[in-house]
Amino acid sequence: MSSGLRMEETELRLGLPGGGGGGGGGGGEVESGKNSGKRGFVEIVDLKLQLQTPVGVQEAAAEAAEKVKRSPNDDSIVSCGSDPEKPSPPKAQVVGWPPVRSFRKNILSVHSEKGRKEEGEKSSSLAALVKVSMDGAPYLRKVDLKTHRSYQELFVALQKMFDSFTTGDYGSQGMSGRDFMNERKVKDLLHGSEYVPTYEDKDGDWMLVGDVPWEMFVASCKRLSIMKGSEAIGLAPRAMEKCKNKC
Amino acid sequence: MREERSDMSEDEDGGGGVEQKERWGPSHGGGGGGCGSAKSRGGVWTDPPPPFSDQVLENVLENVLQFLVCRRDRNAASLVCRSWYRAEAQTRGELFIGNCYAVSPRRATDRFRRVRSVVLKGKPRFADFSLVPLGWGAHFSPWASAMATAYPWLERICLKRMSIADYDLSLLAFSFPFFKDLTLICCDGFGTLGLAVIAEKCRHLRVLDLIEAYLEEEEEDEVVDWVSKFPQTTTSLETLGFDCVVSTVNFEALEALVARSPALRQLRVNHHVTVDQLFRLMVRAPQLTHLGTGSFGHPAALALQGDVMEHDADLVSAFAASKSIVSLSGFRDVASQYLPAIYPVCANLTTLNCSFAEITADELKPVIHHCHNLQKFWVLDTVRDEGLQAVAATCKDLRELRVFPLNATEDSEGFVSDVGLAAISQGCRRLRSILYFCQQMTNKAVITMSKNCQELVVFRLCIMGRHLPDHLTKEPMDEGFGAIVMNCKKLTRLAVSGLLTDKAFGYIGKYGKSIRTLSVAFAGDSDVGLRYVLEGCPKLQKLEIRDSPFGDPALLSGIHQYYNMRFLWMNSCKLSIRGCNDVAQRLPRLIVEVIRDRPEADDETVEKLYMYRSLAGPRNDAPPFVMIL
Repeated sequence: MSSGLRMEETELRLGLPGGGGGGGGGGGEVESGKNSGKRGFVEIVDLKLQLQTPVGVQEAAAEAAEKVKRSPNDDSIVSCGSDPEKPSPPKAQVVGWPPVRSFRKNILSVHSEKGRKEEGEKSSSLAALVKVSMDGAPYLRKVDLKTHRSYQELFVALQKMFDSFTTGDYGSQGMSGRDFMNERKVKDLLHGSEYVPTYEDKDGDWMLVGDVPWEMFVASCKRLSIMKGSEAIGLAPRAMEKCKNKC
Repeated sequence: MREERSDMSEDEDGGGGVEQKERWGPSHGGGGGGCGSAKSRGGVWTDPPPPFSDQVLENVLENVLQFLVCRRDRNAASLVCRSWYRAEAQTRGELFIGNCYAVSPRRATDRFRRVRSVVLKGKPRFADFSLVPLGWGAHFSPWASAMATAYPWLERICLKRMSIADYDLSLLAFSFPFFKDLTLICCDGFGTLGLAVIAEKCRHLRVLDLIEAYLEEEEEDEVVDWVSKFPQTTTSLETLGFDCVVSTVNFEALEALVARSPALRQLRVNHHVTVDQLFRLMVRAPQLTHLGTGSFGHPAALALQGDVMEHDADLVSAFAASKSIVSLSGFRDVASQYLPAIYPVCANLTTLNCSFAEITADELKPVIHHCHNLQKFWVLDTVRDEGLQAVAATCKDLRELRVFPLNATEDSEGFVSDVGLAAISQGCRRLRSILYFCQQMTNKAVITMSKNCQELVVFRLCIMGRHLPDHLTKEPMDEGFGAIVMNCKKLTRLAVSGLLTDKAFGYIGKYGKSIRTLSVAFAGDSDVGLRYVLEGCPKLQKLEIRDSPFGDPALLSGIHQYYNMRFLWMNSCKLSIRGCNDVAQRLPRLIVEVIRDRPEADDETVEKLYMYRSLAGPRNDAPPFVMIL
């Protein structure tokens, strides 16, 4: 694992579409492959993310910041009465409340998806639990995609989840409570590391996370894998193709 | 069962010289043979009593204790003196372990040597609501290994909220030649492979019952055809429940299995079994008493419109022929046109679970109208207050009611309310257990129930919106819950919700003297609330609290109580490491687990606390996110 976060090298270890890009210039480690030729792709991914959800990301960040102010824990919210200033859209769902077993929730939401008309608000009782594996981590985790509303939130959750395995990388930068809501910093952490979030979609193909709109991603993602950059080489071309077909 | 046990001890006494010595203790010599024969005749001596009166006493004791079944009685008996302790340990046939971490498998198997049946419970109940991270524990493996060597005559295992691997099921199948009953409730970790091994190797299997188990996700090619693995000869199967199994089963094999299982009484199929297929199974097994109907519909219902009538008539006749059915469940994709098919059995039904079927009041009424003998009814709130009124009008013998929400979200529109609750309380005076999800409730209705239903043992009311008050008076729900604990003298289990102040807890502490299980969520004002409960409820065994403003002082106020309890769970309250450490230090036999599945912004707060008494010391299988203080 690389020893620290080096922002200046934009350490996204991917080849440009079509091959090894800048090639193995400099240090011969294929694993870490620090190549300036790969910057191009990073910019593309960055750009995509910004283009697709510019407003969404900011909104999510703002709302999440609100949540942080209220309680130290974004998992279960303690509030006595609603905040009069904020017009209340549906409250952020609290984990495990109401206390209905997921067995039951899953069955009933399959019903509602099958036979009923689509309502404006999607049924929020179907948990979209997907396995998350990370290279080097001894065990898998699961994340519920429905509890997040954007890639932003998902990345934050993933980072927290696997923090214990990557403290080597991020320790020097650290993420304080204030910082983690800083959108740029999170993206940098993930894009600036040698780990690349990928997912397997319904067709069984492995894709880069972030290419398609969030809702589409939630609907098609079957499992997540945070790969080492070297293994993610070659995903880019397919990702581009799929996006062309779907978007 | 009793006969078997004394047969077994007869064999053991005959050959078990060493064992005898251990039992009698170092001061007594042999004398094994005489005792053996005296014992085997059910307490009637044929030989003259052996010289050592203690041995006689223990023989007598063992014979008498065999009649003690209830584990609480047995626990009491074992405390009388060492002799009684030994005798009880030798005769306990069913081992019940309420918390798998409270004792080590070795210690349990060392003490109880002749166990035929084991009940083992693992994760805390809040694990059902995703509050316990995956990988927390409750692994069956160490128990499986210990029992494999200690209890070769084991016949029955019942596990609840345990993590079981296919390998463990394999071990069971190969280690216990007389294995008969496997019941798994809310367990996970295993798949169709494990089921296949059980089916194939357990030749005397009577019960295979999977209740809300979460099988491992398997790809199409990983799914094993376990139903085909049962012995091809006549089987001894009495109960087969697999309604929670997500993968399809080989229907031909299932039908053939049912046909060669004359003892089958309970069959619960999964939702892949269509109503046609169900019909075929019912024809094969008219002797069924409990039937889980699977989908009770067709996947392509619309396409089969033409055939519907035919099936209807067949189905009705199948039900008419099943004169023994007393329990129905399933109805997973129920097309309401099929529901009337069950009319012939309604009058005999004692249990009806249609809680996965979105039926309206109008669809329910004609069915419930026939169910005069219904004792247990689980339903979705789609039937509304009107449907519940119909239930109240007919089901005078109702003992247990569960009304589940269609939309389990806190801002969903509730379909039932205080009106339904009040109606039930008017009509079903013998009610013992209720679980009711709603969005609108009044103190008045709850008070009415407390007065009408004096037999209540379990009262669980879930007002789904957090902190919702009485929707008419806007007052907290204190008085309602207060009335429940005051008036229902037999109450042992209580779950509260809605807007509640410390006053409610004051009532619980004052009147809830028989309460053993208490579930609290989003309630209370201050530490005082929790103190009331910990100081006031002497019988408290299981306390689970979430999102309530109880902190360290409250936690410390229960020090006198924690060794008497099975566990305490608290999440998202106001606990800190300091307070939890304090408890851990003062109570060495209490395991204090702090679960950190999200790196906290601040190291002091304790987000999730799980505390339980244990003879085993801190467990060695705790994952990294569990810190044991």
